[in-house]
Parts: sequence; structure tokens; C-alpha cells
Amino acid sequence: MAAPPVAARGVPVADAPTLERGTAPDTGPAAGPPVIELDGIGKIYRSGTIEFEAIRNVSLAIHPGEYVAVMGPSGSGKSTLMNILGCLDVATSGRYLLAGEDVSDMDEDELADVRNRHLGFVFQQFNLLPSLSALRNVELPMSYGGVPREERRRRATLSLERVGLGDRLENRPNQLSGGQQQRVAVARALVGDPALVLADEPTGNLDSTATNDLLHLFDEVHAQGRTVVLITHEAEVAERAQRVIQIRDGAVASDGPTGGAR
Amino acid sequence: MTWSDILANSWDAIRSHKMRSALTSLGILIGIAAVVLTVGLGQGAQQKVANQLNALGGNLLIVSPGSSTTGGVRGGFGSASTLTMSDATALSSSVAAPDVGGVAPILQSTNEQLDNGATNWTTTVVGTTSSWLSVRGRTLESGRFISNADESSAAAVTVLASTTASQLFGPVSAVGQSVTINGTPYEVVGVLASAGSDSTTNLDDQAIVPFNTASQRIVGGSNRTSVQTIYVKAASPSQLSAAYQETNTILQNRHALSSSSTTDFTITTQQSVLTTTSSVDSTLTTLLLGVAALALLVGGIGVMNIMLVSVKERTREIGLRKALGGTPATIRRQFLSEASMLGLTGGLLGVASGVGGALILPHFISNPITISVPWVLISIAVAIVIGVGFGVYPAARAARLSPIDALRSE
Ligand SMILES: Nc1ncnc2c1ncn2[C@@H]1O[C@H](COP(=O)(O)OP(=O)(O)O)[C@@H](O)[C@H]1O
Ligand SMILES: [Mg+2]
Repeated sequence: MAAPPVAARGVPVADAPTLERGTAPDTGPAAGPPVIELDGIGKIYRSGTIEFEAIRNVSLAIHPGEYVAVMGPSGSGKSTLMNILGCLDVATSGRYLLAGEDVSDMDEDELADVRNRHLGFVFQQFNLLPSLSALRNVELPMSYGGVPREERRRRATLSLERVGLGDRLENRPNQLSGGQQQRVAVARALVGDPALVLADEPTGNLDSTATNDLLHLFDEVHAQGRTVVLITHEAEVAERAQRVIQIRDGAVASDGPTGGAR
Repeated sequence: MTWSDILANSWDAIRSHKMRSALTSLGILIGIAAVVLTVGLGQGAQQKVANQLNALGGNLLIVSPGSSTTGGVRGGFGSASTLTMSDATALSSSVAAPDVGGVAPILQSTNEQLDNGATNWTTTVVGTTSSWLSVRGRTLESGRFISNADESSAAAVTVLASTTASQLFGPVSAVGQSVTINGTPYEVVGVLASAGSDSTTNLDDQAIVPFNTASQRIVGGSNRTSVQTIYVKAASPSQLSAAYQETNTILQNRHALSSSSTTDFTITTQQSVLTTTSSVDSTLTTLLLGVAALALLVGGIGVMNIMLVSVKERTREIGLRKALGGTPATIRRQFLSEASMLGLTGGLLGVASGVGGALILPHFISNPITISVPWVLISIAVAIVIGVGFGVYPAARAARLSPIDALRSE
């Protein structure tokens, strides 16, 4: 049976037609259904009688294999957007399809399952559990996904080797440098083979060397065909991506291929 | 997430806060140790009473004249008892009553004055046969007990209980001395070893004389042919109910009674005495258990307190676990299992301390402590239940946290 070439998650299809979309990146074809499809997403924070509209009417699509930077000044709503994309928070309006699944009105258990299967997070504060070894930290998402212990160990080891920490498996977070800790976090984000890797200011707590190393790592992750959304307020960081979405006051101000050298 | 993963997570969390976990468990430890010791003391006391009663002639049936419907009132002076010496003899028959190990008829007189020259002492004079010693489970300190020959000749001999002997003769050995009862001199042939006194009768203050001596020389009137009480000892504790049946049948036949409704005697057992005694002990045990339960309650609140602190402190961890796919149910289970592990650890250590205390304490206090396996198991179960019970609220709070609020917290 000759099935039409459908892009598997994160795997660019070699001979897919390179249709130019309005805002499509210059490399990495926009084949197959989008990983993310936001349609009129809004988010209103309510505290008491005060309402604050952090996200206004955001509609966008992100396709498999894209490397997208979300930029904007502090307080513009980047983290709010990322939390919605990560199913950590629910939008107050609009529709959100993640890997084809409508997550807008899922309950907590379903959202937990979606996060576990489709998403990998990298946070600014690393968010590793201090009492666990690097290996156990990377195993954590798989333990929630019901992966058998042996398999978990094998995949976590492999994932840590990929980020260059094959010799640090048994180290606790406090025995690792900031850059290494963030690599562990990347290994943890990738271990479940997610449809989307979400990183919120991942270099915010790193010095310039560690920042470079980490960005290099994200380049590799992208080169392996993964979809990456990276939030940052630093232009140098955003430049590594293929597409930049500018956020101002909770709305998309611009969306297009990375300018400059590329 | 499997249960073994959840338990492993909980164990990690407990291990990474060693001091706090230890102090939390301490609360449960104290409560459980208190339960184990309290129950041990209570059961030890019951055991002690049971042992004492056995030593004093457990397996014992006490036959008294009068029907049970009149409350087993003994015939006093002037009213002839329905029990006779030949009843006692019939009960001694190894053919008709194979389960009876010994029979001792009693004819006694209270408030008899005993004189040793100028010294006098008022006590109970008990007329009985040579089998009394074994039936009542007593031993002699010195001399001999009354013999069959004393019995048939109604000899003027007496065996004094230890207190009676020391009241009349002081530190001097009473054996071979003479006491006067009712104006007749009696030779003291033996002294009983102390039995320890119970609350109702002073077993160490009495004078034993041969049955015939009592009936002919001490107890007057119509009572001289009758018997006030017959002690019947079963051959072994397991034969007690058989001995009861045989005694009942023999006496009914001898008294030509057709039905139990017209009985003129009552049979009671030491068991009923035992029950009364242990109910006193169990009141005390209940009281102490109440104190232990209070200690456990305080321990449980300690667990809840620590779990609440832990939930607050680990809010970010909870947020992260949720971000990685933890559902409210798995988060709740993890905190519950942490709480129950704290309870279990406290429980196990508490049982160990309780058992340790039970081994050491009796060297310093007079009370024996019995450790019972069922109670140890119950204690451990209670410790887990407390952990779970007091972990429910903190666990529910952890499970309810929204992932983003949890992740954002500092
Ligand atoms: N839980 C909240 N309640 C109320 N306002 C919030 C909350 N979280 C964020 N905000 C507000 O929403 C706006 C966007 O915040 P955020 O998404 O964190 O911005 P960024 O990540 O771009 O710095 C800010 O003005 C912030 O004060
Ligand atoms: Mg932010």
C-alpha cells in the first residue's frame, strides 16, 4: 500500500513539496498537520474584582520540525502563552489543538496525560528534584507514563548520553554545574520523544559559555527533527531559531523568519 | 505510575529529610510504645491473677448449700446445711467422678479465740480433711499437715497459717507448741507457707483442724453433722467442666432431686472469681489505653503537621511532577504513602521500644508485662491507619494544586 508521504512527528520528509506559506520558515517544510494550532486564544487573570488580559486573541500554527523563538519584553505574556501551550494552564477563550487533539476542554487527568505524551519542558530554574540523581530525574516523566523500570533506565541513560552527560548519571543536581543541570533538564524533556519541546528562558540562569553550549544543544535537537518553541527576551538567543514570534502586550506583534544572517 | 514507584518516591522523600522524618515518627513511636506497654501491663496483671488463682487451687469447684435461686446463701448457725460428709465422700469416688482430682469438705467457725499463754489471737478455725492441702494448692512451711489418723481420732491438732502462727508465737517456731481453742489445748503440728492474700479472704490467717475435731469440739448444734462447703478440684483445667457435670449429677442423685429447679446446692467456679478480677484490671487497662490513644492522636497530628509543611515546601516539586504527567491521583497517593510510611516507621520502632520496655521494665517494677503478638500487629496496623488518616488532608491539598501555580511558587 503506497500511503501518501505523511510527516511523522519531527521527521522531515525528504521530498515533500516545499510550499511557501506566508510565514513559513525558509527551511524545514510545513508538511503534515500542525503540532500546535491556536485559534483566538485569550487569557484573562482574575484576582478579586481586578481582571488582567495577559493574552489577547492569539492565533498561530507551528508545524513539525520548526524551531520557533517567542520574543518580547518582560511582562508581555510570553510565559503565559508558554503555559497554555504546555497545557499547564487553560486559556479563558479560543481553541487549542495539540498534535491534533483539542485540549481546550480536557479535564486534569487528560491534560496530565497529554503533557506526559506530547510535551517536554525546559524551565529557567532547571526544576530538577534535588534528592534524585540525574538518571532518576530523567526517568521521572517515564515513571508517570508507565514505562517499565528497565526500559526507563535504558532510555534515560541514552538521553543523558545524547546531551553529553553519559558520565554524570549518578550525580545529584547539586553536584552539577548550572549548564549541566539544564542539560539534564533537556535530556528529561526529550526522553519521552515529545511532539513539542517547550523552553521558557532556558538560558536565563546560565553564563555565556553555558548559554552557548545549551543553544548548540537546541540546534542539535532541532537538527534531529524535533519541534522546538523557545521563549526568550534575548535577541542572540532568538537568532538561533528559524522563526520568531514577537509578543507585545499579550498579542502577536510580528511573526516571521529570523532576520539577519539567515 | 505503579505503586512500587510511588513507594520508592516516598522513601526518597523521607530519606532526604531524615531529621524531620525521625521526629515525626517519634510521635507515633511514643504512642505505639505506650499501647504495647499498656496492653502488656494489663495482660501481665491478668496473667498474674490467673497464675495466683491456679496456685490457690484453680480448676476448683466450690459446692455450697442452698439453691442458686436464693443466691447460694450458706446455712448459718441453727439451720442445718444440706451438704453432708457423705456427699463429700461420694464425690471422692474415682468411679462415679473420674474427673475429680480431690475433695475437701469444710466446716468452719469464724471469730474463734486462740490462746498461747497470755497471747491471744482471734481467727477462723477451719475443719477439713488431709486432702485440703492439695485441693487448695497450698504448701507447708514447716511441720506436717493433718493426717487421716488425726481425722479418724478427732485429734486435738492444728496447722496454723503463717500470719496466725507469727501473731501467736512471734519469731519462735510454732511447730510442737500448744494453743488453746475453746478451752482445749491443741498441738500445732505444722505451719502453712504464705499464699499471698487476695482482697476478700486472708488466706494466711486461719487455723486448720481435722474435720471431725471441728464438728465434735468446735462447731456446736445441728451443724455438727453438716458440711458448709465442699471444695472439688478437677484433675486438670481441661476436665473442669466434666468434673462440674459429675459433681452436679452425684449430688442431685444423692439428694433425690428430680430437676435442677429444686436444687439445694450451688456450684461455683474460680473462673467466675477470675472474671471479676480481670474486669477490674480491664477498667485500668482501658484507662491507660485511653492515654495511649491520646498519645497516638497527638502523634497523628504531628504527621499531619509535617505533611502540610512538606506539601507547602515542595509545592514546586508537585508542580513539576504535574508538568511531567503526574495526575492528581498519583500526587495524592504519593503524599498518602509518605504519611503512612512515617506512621509505619514510627509504629515499627514503637513496637520495638514497647517490647524492649517490656523486657527491661519488670526489673524495676513489680508488675509483669506480657507482649501479645495480635496486639503488636494491631498496633502496627493502627500506626499505618493513623499515617493514612492524618495524611489525607495534606495529600488532598497537594493533589488540588494547579500545576502552574505550583511551578511559579518560590
Ligand atoms: N497568576 C497571575 N495573576 C495575575 N496576573 C498575572 C499572573 N501571571 C502573570 N500575570 C501578569 O500577566 C502579564 C504577563 O506575564 P508573563 O506571561 O509572566 O510575562 P513574561 O513571561 O513575558 O515576562 C504580566 O503583566 C503579569 O503581571
Ligand atoms: Mg516569563
